[in-house]
Amino acid sequence: MLSDIGRMLLLLRDALASLPAAWRQRARVVDQLFEIGNASLFMACLLSLFIGGVLALQTGPVMAERGVTSYIGGMVGLAMCKELAPVMMAVLLAGRIGSAITAEIGSMRVYQEIDALRTMNINPVHYLVVPRLLAVAVALPLLVIFSILIGWMGGALVIAINPAVNLSHAGYVNSLGDMVGALDILNGLIKSFAFAVVIGVVSCHQGLETIGGPRGVGRSVTKAVVNSIVLILVLDYALTRLMINL
Amino acid sequence: MNEKDNSGARVEIRSVRKAFNGQPVLHGVDLTVAPGEIFVIMGPSGSGKSVLLRHVIGLETPDAGEVLINGEIAAEPGTRDHCRMAMVFQGGALLNSLTLAENVGLYLREHNLKPEPEIEAVVKERLALVGLEEARDKLPAELSGGMRKRAAIARALVMEPQLLLYDEPTSELDPLMASTVGREIVNLRRRHGVTSMVVSHDRDLAFGIADRMALIRDGRILCQGTPGEVRASDDAAVKEFLNANLKHEPESPEEP
Repeated sequence: MLSDIGRMLLLLRDALASLPAAWRQRARVVDQLFEIGNASLFMACLLSLFIGGVLALQTGPVMAERGVTSYIGGMVGLAMCKELAPVMMAVLLAGRIGSAITAEIGSMRVYQEIDALRTMNINPVHYLVVPRLLAVAVALPLLVIFSILIGWMGGALVIAINPAVNLSHAGYVNSLGDMVGALDILNGLIKSFAFAVVIGVVSCHQGLETIGGPRGVGRSVTKAVVNSIVLILVLDYALTRLMINL
Repeated sequence: MNEKDNSGARVEIRSVRKAFNGQPVLHGVDLTVAPGEIFVIMGPSGSGKSVLLRHVIGLETPDAGEVLINGEIAAEPGTRDHCRMAMVFQGGALLNSLTLAENVGLYLREHNLKPEPEIEAVVKERLALVGLEEARDKLPAELSGGMRKRAAIARALVMEPQLLLYDEPTSELDPLMASTVGREIVNLRRRHGVTSMVVSHDRDLAFGIADRMALIRDGRILCQGTPGEVRASDDAAVKEFLNANLKHEPESPEEP
């Protein structure tokens, strides 16, 4: 894992060095963005609706018992934008998009397509890694914004239909507005951007390192998803620690 | 990218050794290919032919020894900027997400070498050369192995290479297409002075096109020279490889 991290950092360095020429890859970035949107948007909405709902369902009655219902909206709002939306969307993208990236690049490696690129003096980092990395880095924060909004709606819906919680819709929205500020949303977006870089680099790295035919592709995909999720959670703690006093 | 220098490249392979996971594949291979020469490397499967070719194109670096292209180390990134090299891979190695036309035009587009209408014209011409103009919008997965191989040749030709490497160029091709490919290898040398290195099991192709050839076995060169010199070799392994055939005596009918 440590040697993997070293090679991933080298790949990130190469990708960053290729960024000035990324404008020429814009069509490929847009293609990747559409692919990510198509594959994830519906699932992201569904997931966020239920996460927001469950959060309200679990905490609502407990808070109502203690007479602090006026904090439910803020609690759901903060949890969604600072923690749940960035982490859950990142995990979703690691599973759906990261795995696809690894499988595609891994197959290209196994079938010598990457060798063919090199013989044409086409840098695989520039041609394959940069467009995917940029697309994930743009898509994940956008998905997180969707997720936050839909999570808030999920919470509102559950509060509205749950008789155990005596809170009006206006009360929920007021609490949310009082407790959640732009900085809290920015906090989640910064996290999601960092997670996107992790997903892009880990997935591309595992794809480029693939050896051993179709079984090798399978192994790489599993490794990419597991490594991405582990790194996302570790990074989540580190970033939370860093931003907690902001 | 180098400015158009159409002379063939000179290849020098000096005492190249290579092992994978401790398993030696090449044991000190020495070869020189002159500019404009067609050099064929023959040998049984697993003898190290393709690995040798990958060293020449710079996809592998030797554990010992060196591979020089026009005097520059093959694996150095700058070498490809000074000498245009292309390789036709055994399985074609076309990009599966691109159509044939996109594959063939990829090099020109990625390096911004020509305006789009000119790229289209070059792609059309190269695809016609290998008889694939009708399949230009198909994906590689929709083609036979032979068609993929021909498309890979078209993609390599687009680079107008000074050094062109072929890994089993006629495998999966019918005899007519194999002969067309053989003729095209010779024509490319005649038209552009391209240096060609061909790895092949196909003895007809090898003896039909080679200026010089080498026979490799277990990572060692058994013999090299003109086709006549190789054919006249006294080495038992060379004779065995060159004379192997599939003819079997018919079984005698059983006695009633």
